[in-house]
Amino acid sequence: MTDSVIIRTDQLKKIYQMGEVEVPALNGVSITIQEGEFVAIMGPSGSGKSTLMNILGCLDSPTDGQYYLDDQDVSKLNRAQLAHIRNEKLGFIFQSYNLLPRMSAVENVTLPMMYNKAAAGNQVEMTEKAEELLGIVGLGDRIHHQPKELSGGQQQRVAIARALINDPVLVLADEPTGNLDSKSANEIMDILHNLHQSGRTIVMVTHEHDIAEQTQRIIAVRDGLVELDNKNGRM
Amino acid sequence: MKIIDVIKVASRSLTSNKLRSMLTMLGIIIGVAAVIIMIAVSSGTETAIANQINSLGANLVFVMSSFSQGGAGGGMATSSGGLVYSDADAIANSVPHVAGVAVEQTTTQTIKYGNIVLEDVSILGTTPDFTKVREIEVEEGRFLNDQELERSTRTAILGATIAKELFGDTYPIGQKISVGTLKLTVVGVFEEKGLVSGVDYDARVYVPITLVFDKLMNSQFSRIAGDRVRMIYVTVDDKENIDDVILQINLLLSKLHDVPLESPDFQISTQQDIIQTQSATTESFRILLAWVAGVSLIVGGIGIMNIMLVSVTERTREIGIRQAVGATPQDIQSQFLTEALILSLVGGLTGIIFGISGSWVFSRFGDMPTVVDPISIVLAFGSAAAVGILFGYLPANKAAKLDPIVALRHE
Ligand SMILES: Nc1ncnc2c1ncn2[C@@H]1O[C@H](COP(=O)(O)OP(=O)(O)OP(=O)(O)O)[C@@H](O)[C@H]1O
Ligand SMILES: [Mg+2]
Repeated sequence: MTDSVIIRTDQLKKIYQMGEVEVPALNGVSITIQEGEFVAIMGPSGSGKSTLMNILGCLDSPTDGQYYLDDQDVSKLNRAQLAHIRNEKLGFIFQSYNLLPRMSAVENVTLPMMYNKAAAGNQVEMTEKAEELLGIVGLGDRIHHQPKELSGGQQQRVAIARALINDPVLVLADEPTGNLDSKSANEIMDILHNLHQSGRTIVMVTHEHDIAEQTQRIIAVRDGLVELDNKNGRM
Repeated sequence: MKIIDVIKVASRSLTSNKLRSMLTMLGIIIGVAAVIIMIAVSSGTETAIANQINSLGANLVFVMSSFSQGGAGGGMATSSGGLVYSDADAIANSVPHVAGVAVEQTTTQTIKYGNIVLEDVSILGTTPDFTKVREIEVEEGRFLNDQELERSTRTAILGATIAKELFGDTYPIGQKISVGTLKLTVVGVFEEKGLVSGVDYDARVYVPITLVFDKLMNSQFSRIAGDRVRMIYVTVDDKENIDDVILQINLLLSKLHDVPLESPDFQISTQQDIIQTQSATTESFRILLAWVAGVSLIVGGIGIMNIMLVSVTERTREIGIRQAVGATPQDIQSQFLTEALILSLVGGLTGIIFGISGSWVFSRFGDMPTVVDPISIVLAFGSAAAVGILFGYLPANKAAKLDPIVALRHE
């Protein structure tokens, strides 16, 4: 493990404006995550986990505070710049897989490459890389299947391959096993462990203790604040 | 995102819902086809009218009587004015480049044969040159000759329709018909010529103009008017000399009639003038048609906008997914704009095909002359593209403005 910092946030705040009412979702979150860490974020429903993940994933901007991703301040970037960051540096895995329904597995996996300046256009290379990644997640024989022809666990594996296609510096997963039975959940966790082993930085939200405890570090969030940051992998 | 990928993605999402895409294009197809067909029909009609007018004599100059505006030198005699029979001779004898001259004076009479009575038939008094000048052929018998003109012989040549109505299957030549109070011998029947700029050449009876002067103008005024003629036709030997001939006739007749050049008691026009007057009427009709077609294009564009807006809402989640993996607002906008553009361009091309084949069907089976104007194709296709961009912009912009998180949570 190196000392290179991938994520550093400083007093991140997010306040949602619901008409007249202000709903604070994050009240000043400061965390630092090193390259190669596998981090689980836990906390009760409504504590702000997804809000934090969306900001870390550059899908949203904080109301206040700083966010440095891979040494770049991304808290003040515009929408197009954030899109480029998402494309080049981040891989996002959602609870509900979020695959495009009418596209095959391999097409879903290549999707981020189409929006990548360096990769776009080279169809052969894109397809080769996608097939390789699908092989790694154990779907080498299902590359032309559409999402509706795949189980939940298989769909999530396609989503993982998609998250990796542009070789991101950070993989974010918001309850990746939330919709899955325990067998599929374990398969997904195995894949994430393998990724971690090969040096990926992974931040994952989960509700389940036994899954969180498989990681090295658990960050507990409550009411938009970091309640506990346990680097031993035990709460 | 590469342009080629944008086009692929757009066409893929369009083909995944073929029926809807087709119905959306229908508006543009109809609009474009309508523009092309309407322009083809109106320019075809115009060409046909011009051809018809030209078919009644080449290089023709029309000299018509008109009432003088009361020129300075004009007394009663000239201001009631107009052309007289001798003007024709004067033109024939002293204006160079004149190849033929015919005169015409009309009156309306009741004609009878046996127990068939035709009322209000146009009787056209003219001279033997008429057939040559107006390029109209006698089908049976012959036309007037100089002798008959000189002696105002009671002879008549019938238009094709009149001949059919009076005689049916009977051979008309040599028969006697009554025109007003006169009995005339039929010596010829014209070929069919049809309706040209509102005049039915087949529903007329042609007689020596001298007969009209002597016997058929029955009012007191007309008798005083004497050998007044309505129109003198002048054929010019060559197209190039038309302007010169017009000038010469102007000079000659103003002098003969003793009227100032700037307010003559006659009017000279050419076939070109007549074609232009005709065009002016079809022109306004054409503008109206163009508006109707243009409006249908706009309606087609609104159809595209409508469907694209629905599509953006339906595919909000897809938009969110694309944004999450790195699509910029610009990428999303291009995708939807391209979809709208493909719809309108494919619709436009289909419309052009339908427009051209529709024009062909109209001329082939609808008995309507059509001329497909290449400009109209460019115009129609260009407006279809413009409609696509214009009406695709709002939905594309709506899609691009979607917030990724909101879009991902949609459904
Ligand atoms: N778009 C929004 N508008 C208004 N309030 C919001 C919005 N998104 C989240 N919130 C509020 O912010 C707080 C944190 O929400 P968040 O989704 O981050 O919770 P969470 O920890 O992910 O919960 P869960 O475990 O149920 O997924 C909640 O109180 C929620 O109601
Ligand atoms: Mg959540």
